[in-house]
Amino acid sequence: MAAKLRAPGFYRAGWMMALGVAFAFFLTWVIRASTGHSTFRHYISGEAITTVSILAVPLLFLVGIGGFDYWFYWAMGRPTRPEDHSGHGARTWKDYFRINTDHKVIGIQYTVTSFFFLLVGGLIAMLMRAELAQPGAQFVDANTFNGLFSVHASLLIFLFVIPVFAGLANFVLPLMIGAPDMAFPRLNALSYWLLPVAGALMLGSFFAPGGAFADGWTAYAPLSTNAPIGQDFFSVGVQFAGASSIMTALNFLVTIITMRAPGMSFFRMPLLVWANFATSLLVVIATPFIAASQFFVLLDRGLGFNFFKAGNGGDVLMYQHVFWFYSHPAVYIMMLPGFGIISEIIAVKSRKPIFGYRMMAFSLLAIVVLGFTVWAHHMFTSGMAAWIRIPMAITTAIIAVPTGIKVFSWLATLWRGVLRLDTPMLFALGFLTTFTLGGISGVMLAMVPFDIHVSSSYFIVAHIHYVLFGGSLMTIFGGVYYWFPKMTGRMFDERLGKMHFWSTFVLFNLTFGPMHILGLQGMPRRVADYASRFADMNLFISIASFGLGLSTLIFLYNIVTSWRGGPVSVANPWRGMTLEWQVSSPPPIFNFDRVPTVVGGPYEYGVPGAVHGIFAPTPAAAGVGSGLARAPSE
Amino acid sequence: MSRRRSLTLAVVLALLAIGIGIALSYAIHWFPAQAATQARNTDRLYHVLVIACIPIFVLVTAVILYSVWQFHMRPGEELKDGPPIHGNTRLEVLWTAFPAALLLGMIAYSFVVLHDNEKKPAREIHVGVTAQQFAWSFQYPPAVTGGAPVESDQLYLPKGESVQFRLHSKDVIHAFWIPAFRLQEDVVPGITVQYRATPDRLGTYPIVCNLLCGIGHSLMRSAVHVIPPAQFQAWIQSRLRAAGQGAGASPSATVAGAPSSTSTAGAASK
Repeated sequence: MAAKLRAPGFYRAGWMMALGVAFAFFLTWVIRASTGHSTFRHYISGEAITTVSILAVPLLFLVGIGGFDYWFYWAMGRPTRPEDHSGHGARTWKDYFRINTDHKVIGIQYTVTSFFFLLVGGLIAMLMRAELAQPGAQFVDANTFNGLFSVHASLLIFLFVIPVFAGLANFVLPLMIGAPDMAFPRLNALSYWLLPVAGALMLGSFFAPGGAFADGWTAYAPLSTNAPIGQDFFSVGVQFAGASSIMTALNFLVTIITMRAPGMSFFRMPLLVWANFATSLLVVIATPFIAASQFFVLLDRGLGFNFFKAGNGGDVLMYQHVFWFYSHPAVYIMMLPGFGIISEIIAVKSRKPIFGYRMMAFSLLAIVVLGFTVWAHHMFTSGMAAWIRIPMAITTAIIAVPTGIKVFSWLATLWRGVLRLDTPMLFALGFLTTFTLGGISGVMLAMVPFDIHVSSSYFIVAHIHYVLFGGSLMTIFGGVYYWFPKMTGRMFDERLGKMHFWSTFVLFNLTFGPMHILGLQGMPRRVADYASRFADMNLFISIASFGLGLSTLIFLYNIVTSWRGGPVSVANPWRGMTLEWQVSSPPPIFNFDRVPTVVGGPYEYGVPGAVHGIFAPTPAAAGVGSGLARAPSE
Repeated sequence: MSRRRSLTLAVVLALLAIGIGIALSYAIHWFPAQAATQARNTDRLYHVLVIACIPIFVLVTAVILYSVWQFHMRPGEELKDGPPIHGNTRLEVLWTAFPAALLLGMIAYSFVVLHDNEKKPAREIHVGVTAQQFAWSFQYPPAVTGGAPVESDQLYLPKGESVQFRLHSKDVIHAFWIPAFRLQEDVVPGITVQYRATPDRLGTYPIVCNLLCGIGHSLMRSAVHVIPPAQFQAWIQSRLRAAGQGAGASPSATVAGAPSSTSTAGAASK
């Protein structure tokens, strides 16, 4: 038992978390006792203890689980354990609940954890739609409702869309560039364990006195600076989720820049790698801004600072500028990796090279640059200086050009191909239509007079779900199906996959399409109750949304049963050319038994005799193996 | 069917879909009643945008459907690849330049509408709008009333006269949205935000708080009454008389349910 308490793991994390609470108790007691709180009961403040605890307990959890062990050993001069990759691979399911430095294990940890939060966020959405099915109050009170949509958005943004892309890329990206692992495996492990911490904080806020944080995922000051203690759970949770994003993005950047296989120039990289390169640039540059905005709020709340108190010289609009300087690039952080997934699926499933490969890569970089010049289009009606609307509207319209290039290139890739209309491809084609609609409504929102009418209305709810559900989530489903054989070594059920696609596609449009009209008609978002003239359409939306929620169960059933007992997959079921398909499914522990050499582009479908990578002959297996012809190493 | 004939059929069907789409965009009642000149401009902009966007959406969908119809894998093609087409510079320049030109055209038109909607008229009245959790109140300064200031919890505006709203918040950020005018701005503590409207249709229309402001946000609604100018003057006079009779206890001012605003009105009318 004593050994268990000392070794990294949940036992050590348990007592260390208790230590964190004790520390918070002690620290606030000392400070309050030394600053003139005279009677005993004033020595203790539940709110102060909670605020310090939610910073200290998660950090000590990470120490307990073993996230910092290597660095602590090094810092204390004790013998370090060199990275001998002993932590690589997962032998039993229990290994997924430990610190593990294998990018393939971390990729699955990331993806599964993110999908858990997708289900929680989706269930919260079901509760909201139940409340909104009829005008008036039925199931939850207004405060709970405000908490529900705030936690819904926060979970799905910070704990689903952003990390699930990081998870998929964690698994596939090193394989695609021919690397044995990520550049910083220990940092990779730590970045994963920050996620459940952030999720626990956000969900834990429901148990805080005064309820969950209830001012939206945007947490505009001064509403947030005067909110009950639940707000701190958001402010701190975002720090952990953001730190996780930054660590992973740095890891991707260094991995992509330094660990590409011989011969893989930047313009021989698959577009998924390009997409994650662009995304990581966005994350590294932008994420500190949301961290700052939430620290400002935390300081205003906890220590009585005046960043956003208008009466004390604070500037209310500053919050929004800092917040959106991250949160606009964040929508590209939530979309660019999806573009990468779609490029992979469409090239392989159309059996054609990506049309205009270089323009596809350059348009990603154009989005990175332009993405930083449009943030104030979220603030057209905020009361900021009127002239800022003009340049921001122009850049917002222009940023649609590189996105349009990508859509047209995908369409041209389909043209005259030999299309396999299986589940991943259906999701890719479904994505193209719904995302185009989301893009069109986005362009309309760049038009200032129109935005002045619909800003913050249900039109925005419709737009954002067309982009993040019809856009991002469609690509995520497509990507999960596409790489499922590689990740698990098993095939999914194609019939269930198609059922999942059609039910999701149809019910998605029935749920979110009518919301455009609700917004134009004058229904505000983030309301627990609404005028009775909106009742019919809301009932329709609620019924469709319940069906949409149920359609996820098809996906879950398919994934769980296929993972446990689906037919064993061959190494390269899609006849893909990129490197991840040239190794066994699931890949060997160090990815490549022989280092690949890249000799051509990643999508040379239809070019006679073309290969992307060749594997150097080893003494054991003489003869030249080609990327396409080589038998999978079982 | 030959490739040429199927392509012709697809083009005809796509043009038909564009026509139906545009016809539908006129048939659907997208918006609530238009009650201000700004609403007419904005709605026209919306219709132009929709008409410009329908062909683009139809183009994308048509290419997908046509590809699925014509290029799907047939039995026996399991090992077949498509032709290795890597790109076409002329086409890529075209689909960069054309959308850019279209977007800049749309944004230029939107700036014209924005300018029209916001330009200062020769004559306008000022009305103060005060937001607090969770109620609206409206202040008419002496320049409008011709006497003491008047406060009300419902907004009354004379038809055909330009009005400039001056927005103040007593606590957090709210948004003052009149969907029938297609106009809104945030009400921000610490600064005064302004915007203009020219109501041009008689009637009563909802006022909605459109920025989450706390627990009572969804019920923070009021109404704007657009009435003939003569009736507006009569309403002002009746409010002045009511305020004069019982300082601080005018019957309709108490409806606001906001004690502080009532006392402001009372103090100002002395």
